[in-house]
Formats: sequence, C-alpha cells, structure tokens
Amino acid sequence: MNNRINQLFESKKENIFSVYFTAGFPKLGDTVKIIQELEKNGVDLIEIGMPFSDPTADGPTIQRSSEVALKNGMSLKLLFEQLKDIRQSVNIPLILMGYLNPVYQYGMEAFCQKCAEVGIDGTILPDLPLDEFDAEYRKYYEAANLHNVLLITPQTSEKRIRQIDDASAGLIYMVSSSSTTGAGKKVEDFHQDYFERVQNMNLKNPRVIGFGISDQATFANACKYAQGAIIGSAFVTAIKDSDNLEKDIATFVKSIDPGR
Amino acid sequence: MKYQVNEKGYYGEFGGAWIPEMMYTNIEELKTRYLGIIESEEFRTEFDKLMKDYVGRPSPLYYASRLSEHYGSNIYLKREDLNHTGSHKLNNTIGQILLAQKLGKTRIIAETGAGQHGVATATVCALKGIKCVVYMGALDVSRQAPNVKKMKMLGAEVVPVHSGNKTLKDATNEAMRDWINNPEDTHYIIGSVVGPHPYPDMVARFQSVISKEMRSQLLEQTGSELPTRVLACVGGGSNAAGAFYHFLDDEQVELIGVEAAGKGVDTNETAATLTVGSPGVLHSARTMLMQTEDGQIIEPYSISAGLDYPGIGPLHAHLHKTGRAKFLAATDEEVLQSVLLLTQKEGIIPALESAHALAALDKIKMNPDDVNVVNLSGSGNKDMETYLNYFGY
Repeated sequence: MNNRINQLFESKKENIFSVYFTAGFPKLGDTVKIIQELEKNGVDLIEIGMPFSDPTADGPTIQRSSEVALKNGMSLKLLFEQLKDIRQSVNIPLILMGYLNPVYQYGMEAFCQKCAEVGIDGTILPDLPLDEFDAEYRKYYEAANLHNVLLITPQTSEKRIRQIDDASAGLIYMVSSSSTTGAGKKVEDFHQDYFERVQNMNLKNPRVIGFGISDQATFANACKYAQGAIIGSAFVTAIKDSDNLEKDIATFVKSIDPGR
Repeated sequence: MKYQVNEKGYYGEFGGAWIPEMMYTNIEELKTRYLGIIESEEFRTEFDKLMKDYVGRPSPLYYASRLSEHYGSNIYLKREDLNHTGSHKLNNTIGQILLAQKLGKTRIIAETGAGQHGVATATVCALKGIKCVVYMGALDVSRQAPNVKKMKMLGAEVVPVHSGNKTLKDATNEAMRDWINNPEDTHYIIGSVVGPHPYPDMVARFQSVISKEMRSQLLEQTGSELPTRVLACVGGGSNAAGAFYHFLDDEQVELIGVEAAGKGVDTNETAATLTVGSPGVLHSARTMLMQTEDGQIIEPYSISAGLDYPGIGPLHAHLHKTGRAKFLAATDEEVLQSVLLLTQKEGIIPALESAHALAALDKIKMNPDDVNVVNLSGSGNKDMETYLNYFGY
C-alpha cells in the first residue's frame, strides 16, 4: 500500500495545510479529538508532537505545552494506546514529531512496527541526523513503510539539500528561517532568496515550510514557495485554554485559510 | 589511541553529533576545521603564552604532607584552583575564544551552572573584546549571586533561564536554542566534554594541559612520570578528562572519576549518572543519562551546582564501559567532611566539586608507597556561604 503522505502530495499540489499539536495538551485525553476536528475542518496533514523534557529546537510555546503534557502523564506508550483505533475515523496522513531519546528508549524497531500498526505515516525527529538514520534505522522505517522527514534550513548548502532530497521519499520540511519554533519572525524576515533558491532546484520531494507560520498572511506567503506550510506554536496557543475544541479548532482553521 | 575519539566522533558506542539540521552548518565547520586550527603553530604559540602569562600555568603539583600522613599514602594535589578565575575552566575558554576568532565569530554564548564556566567565558570575552551572553538557570542565578555579579562586571549579559528545573541542563537547552537562532555570527563555548562531536574531543584537548603538566611534575618530584592513580570529580567531566588524558594509554595508571551522589545513589536526589543512568541521547550526544523508562530526562541533584548535570561526557561513558576508569560516587555529607579535612590539614579550601575527588580517598585502598594525584579543580571561594552555613562558623 502506498504511504498516505505520498497519496496526499500526488492528489494535491498546493496549499497543503499542516498542523502540529503536542499530544497530551491541553488535556491528556484530547489527542484523538484534536486529530478528528482538524481533519473535519479540512486540514491536510497532522504532526502529532511527542513531548520531551528537553525540546532544544523549540521556542517557549512548545516548551510549555510539552511540560504540561508530561505533567498530565503523556508518554509514547500512552500515545500509541490513544491512537490505536485512529484509522477507523481519520484518513489524512499522520506524522509523529519529537526528539529522539523517548523513541530510543522505546526501541527504534518496536517504534516503527507500532507506527505501522496504528497507521502512522512518518516521523520528524530533528535530533536524528541523516547519517545516523542511514546507518542504523533506515531498515526499520522501510519495513514499516514509514517516512523519515528531514529538515533543511537557510544555512543548508545546495549539496546537502540534494543529499537530503535523495534520502527522502515523502516530503522535505523547510525551516523558514534560522530559528527555534514559534520565534515570531515576521513574513518580511523570511529568506525570500532561500525559498526561491530551493524552489528552483526542482527537488523530487514536495516541500512544506514550517517555523514562524502563524496567520493567514504567513501561511499564504509560504504556500507561494512550497506545496504547503505547517503551523505549530500558533495552533498550540489557540487551543491552550480551550473548553470547546470543536469550536476553537474550526475558528483557528478558518483564520488561517478562510477557504477551508 | 584506544580511548581517542574516532573520525565519526565516537568513543566506542558513545558520542556522535546528534544535532538538528539547524546546527549542521556550524558543527560541520567546527568538525572540519578545529584540528587544523588548534594544531597550527600560530594557535599553539598564542595559547601557550596565555596559559603561562594570563592563566598562571603551570599550576603547581603540591605534595600534601599532612593529608598524606592522615591517609598513610602519598597524596599530591594538582592545584587548578590557583588558576586565574579559580578553576580549570579557563583552560577551555582560552582555547575556544582563540578558535572562535579564527572562525571569524563576533558573538559568544555559554551555559553555566555554578557560574565558574560563565565567569571563565566572560573573562576571555573581556580579554578579547567580544560580546558575551551567558545562559544560567534562574535557580542558579539566585544561588550563585557573586558569580552573576562578576560576569556582569566583566561585561557579559547573563540571561536567567526559567524553563525546566531552572538549572544547568535548562541553561544548556537555552544556549543551544540561541545558537539555532543565531547561526552566523555566534560561537557556542560549551563548558565541558559534553555536546556534539567535536566538542568533547576539543574540550578534552584544551584541558589535557593538566595531565601533561602532571607527568613532567611527577617526573621531577617522584622520579617517574606515572602515578599509581589519578582522582578527579566528574559532572560533565572536563577536569577529569584533562587529568586523565595523557595517562589513558598507560593502563597501569588507575583512573578514578568521582560523581556526585547527592543525598545517596539510592535516593531520588542524586547526580551519579553512571550509577543510576542508562544510554540515551541528550544535548546532541549519545551517552549515559539519568532518565525515566519513557526517556524523559530526570532532574539531578547535588549540593555542588557544577556537578548537577543529568548526563556525562561520552569519553567517560566509554571509560566506564571499558573499565579503563573506575567511577565512584560521594554524598554531600562525605564531601563536606572532606572540605573540612583539607582545609584544616593543608590550609586549602577546595570547591565543592573538587572535594568529591578528595572524598574518594576514604573509599579506596591505598598502599604506603602509592602516588595518588587528586585534581583540585577549583577553589572554595565561591562556596563560602554553603560552608559557613553548614559548619556554623
């Protein structure tokens, strides 16, 4: 069976709207509800954050949501338990995003098998570099039909981008600017020349732009240079005090893309 | 060469560069250039000159006769506490500031726990006229007020970190985030033999001056370059790496690292990573970590803010795994007794960190003819408040 990430990018070439949230936040049991509501409101792709105690690539918003999620009792084991029937109600691709150590303790092979079992399509593990992935873990990913999504940044050389493109089979995550998540850099701060440079490289993989995408304008701008964009911190902020996820998620999605 | 880092940055199974792509360019630049720069004659000349005229090296190797008598063996103290700024930390920051200049960096960031590395970094930034930002856990900022003021007086900006437990680990996270946000003009001076390759090797090389001097001083004082054993405290492990470095291949020299047991390795309040930890990935290295079974990092505890770290340098994880070095743990209580013993036997007030190495003298069997070298990594000046409260003077 084809991976759902590939299916998505084959059927839809632009304005792919992707949302990140931290599992276990704001409440421990919100995971499935958030995923279902995001899909219902027309979001194309979801990154489910696996909280970690030391999220070094994240800004304050996701640091806090991770801290709360862990205090609430979230763990990788519990997350898989919550997701066990997710494919009975949700069809869009799902990606697990987080840091390596919790996955490492779970066991990479067992983790990949479990992802396949519950219907996860890919992972984003920023502190798992390409060479380590190739040397030790690629075999488990391939056996589970799971994509390891790699990042590129404004500092990534053309040669390295080509290498990452060759090593990827689903999509490439373009970090919009040199920053941690939710850094609040403005649209005009984005490296326009970096976006254009990468756009003109004719990579084989589709790209989504993330970090610093927070509203309608930044989303629309990012979508000019890539197949889509990821919103994380702004969404986490939008639901942090929510007592009505159904309503707040619908409002949030409309605020980013009124056409949904 | 059995204990040196390999070309991929590993000591056995430990180490590597588990970095997010956002750090790739900077780490790659360091990795490809650090050896060429630090082995160049120009660098060596400047480094050696500063070590001598600015840091005050060589630091003495002192035969502690009353302490030796107390233990019925020969105890030598390597006096890193006599370095400028009061600890071994300056050996590394001098090396890294010269490297940063060669790399064309104009802004320095650092993390600090007790403040010793922060002060050593602020010092070299003042020396070279480079902008300096030091991240420090908010709890440590309040615990270590004199060092905070020193850093500010030296012209550094001290940023209190409010995430997590507000200590060293959190300061390290924040420094890494700063580097991700400022990849072009900034060099991150990591204070210990931790972090991604090439940091553990680079910092160990800068600190290796300690064991290099020990060898020639021992030859002069005892007639042999090789002692029976070397003892050093270990948090991240930079002073121990420096004290062990030139003895690693002399397998007859016993190497003893001493971790902070805190209130005891069987309590929840400890920082003895090798005793209670397991392999994992933190701060871009695969090493031994204090963690839950879900892979969340456990906050360590020690009376000594400088050993209060939930990981350990990959070199030490490897020395532990291979059995090349033995690692013990000393409790807060044992350490404070050792502080008082050295103070009253030798008139030297050691840092809390260094007193962990001294406490191990009570835990090992020594013969009368043995030559024991304790790396006295820092001075107790910064810990006076703790001592006065505890001993009630």
